[in-house]
Amino acid sequence: MAKRRIAFYLMTVPALLLFFTFHTFPAIQGIFYAFTNWDGFSESYDYVGFKNFVNIFKDENVINSYLFTFKYAIIMTIFVNILSLIIALGLNAKIKFKNFFRGVYFLPNILSVLIVGFIFNYLFSNVFTVWGAKLGSEFLSQNILGNADWAWIGIVIVAVWQGIAFNTILYLAGLQTIPKDLYEASNLDGASKFREFWSITFPLLASFFTINMVLAMKSGLMVFDQIVALTGGGPGRSTQSIALLIYTGGFQGGEFAYQSANAVIYFIVIVVISVLQLKFLQKREMDM
Amino acid sequence: MRKTTNWTVTILIALGSLLILFPLYMTISIALKNPEEMALSIFSLPTGLHFENFRNAIEATNFFNALKNSAVITIISVVFILLTNSMVAYAIARNMNMKFFKVLYFYFISAMFIPFQIIMLPVVKVTTDFHMNNITGLIILYVVYGLAFNIFVYVGYIRSIPYELEEAATMDGASTWGTYWKIIFPLLAPISATIGILSCLSTWNDFMLPLILLGDQDSYTLPLVQYVFQGQFGTDFNLAFASYLLALTPMVIVYLFAQKWIINGITQGAIK
Repeated sequence: MAKRRIAFYLMTVPALLLFFTFHTFPAIQGIFYAFTNWDGFSESYDYVGFKNFVNIFKDENVINSYLFTFKYAIIMTIFVNILSLIIALGLNAKIKFKNFFRGVYFLPNILSVLIVGFIFNYLFSNVFTVWGAKLGSEFLSQNILGNADWAWIGIVIVAVWQGIAFNTILYLAGLQTIPKDLYEASNLDGASKFREFWSITFPLLASFFTINMVLAMKSGLMVFDQIVALTGGGPGRSTQSIALLIYTGGFQGGEFAYQSANAVIYFIVIVVISVLQLKFLQKREMDM
Repeated sequence: MRKTTNWTVTILIALGSLLILFPLYMTISIALKNPEEMALSIFSLPTGLHFENFRNAIEATNFFNALKNSAVITIISVVFILLTNSMVAYAIARNMNMKFFKVLYFYFISAMFIPFQIIMLPVVKVTTDFHMNNITGLIILYVVYGLAFNIFVYVGYIRSIPYELEEAATMDGASTWGTYWKIIFPLLAPISATIGILSCLSTWNDFMLPLILLGDQDSYTLPLVQYVFQGQFGTDFNLAFASYLLALTPMVIVYLFAQKWIINGITQGAIK
């Protein structure tokens, strides 16, 4: 029996050591540097206590990046979930070429976010503007990514275009878990399609709804690739996400310690939001 | 239930799929045009098929080198993820009654909540100290970072496998390793397929980790090359789109062949 136990330890201990070295240790280091004034390359640094944290709450750039990221993540989550639920219902209906359409709708998920961003960057500046001009609208004939007030909408559009794919597949999986006889019964009772959706489909999809909301929100809060490809954080700093700010400030701006403090706050924010979302949505699951 | 085709929904789904296909049509057609054709109409089909765009893009981005890097990183990472992550999960799943393994389980899966940005800055320092800011280091990081999510999925799956199978093997004198390789690992095939697909997609398309970790241009991956390229040749759209298309094509080809399998794998993974 001792030999068996040794084998089990040998299976886990290397992974544990590597995980500690490359995940937990950097995380602890990050928290440690958050209390210093290190710029990332100097020989020495000083311990500054909570100064970085205090300054972050007064930093307009940081506040703006949080506001942008939240606005983006919330709107994106809502649109991705509504649209992917509708598409999943459509793909689950009795339609022609079902497998072909499933293939098409999942396609965006396999493409690189960065390259999709570059492609849409061109579409926004050179294609959608042509259509806008044809419609005779001054607003639609400008490049939305060049407008500080509206650039975030452009990023939402690209994220939704690509994000729908994965959530659709998860909803589709959920729809297949619903027993067919429930619909037969509701048909006999003469329930309308709309009633059927609210009374049967949606409640039984509750756990998939929870997962999709949490996943979409989390990916929204971590947005990075799309921003790099579409706006680089501009115009001005209007689309600078938290992840982008930590990256640029930490690696190029000599703000290693300061952005580490920002990352610690960011971590707490993400955990709190995920836990709240899970609690709220799972409570809803149980009420059903 | 009615068995007839619902044409209204079919038409709506078809119209919706145009929104997916249009940007891809534009990508292909721009990649095949030259600037004169672009000036006539952005939307029309290309008339000449300018394959020189691809030739120039391959030269400008050192495409085959980046393709090789992406392929090496993805294949080795996925193989090691499947072999090691499932093994760790097996040891944990079968010893949950012991405190060490139970703590280990929660330790690994709690990392799912840690955003990469909190370790992003120090991890570059750590990997540089170990001289691991290269392809080898990148592979190790992908394998190690996979643990959080994969252990969560694998442990759940392994616990649904009846313990009697292993007891029988032990009675026949199989060691723990033997039991794992000959009995558990083959039984994990369906969930391993899902994890393999998801790891493959995320590794192949990852941009941030190569961006912060890889210093040497020769080790750049496909997304990273596109990023550098975009900065240098941003105005020649035909060349740029040929380059995007080249970078997207390998995964699209894999997808065309394995489409049903990929979608089913993820669907089944979600129900578990």
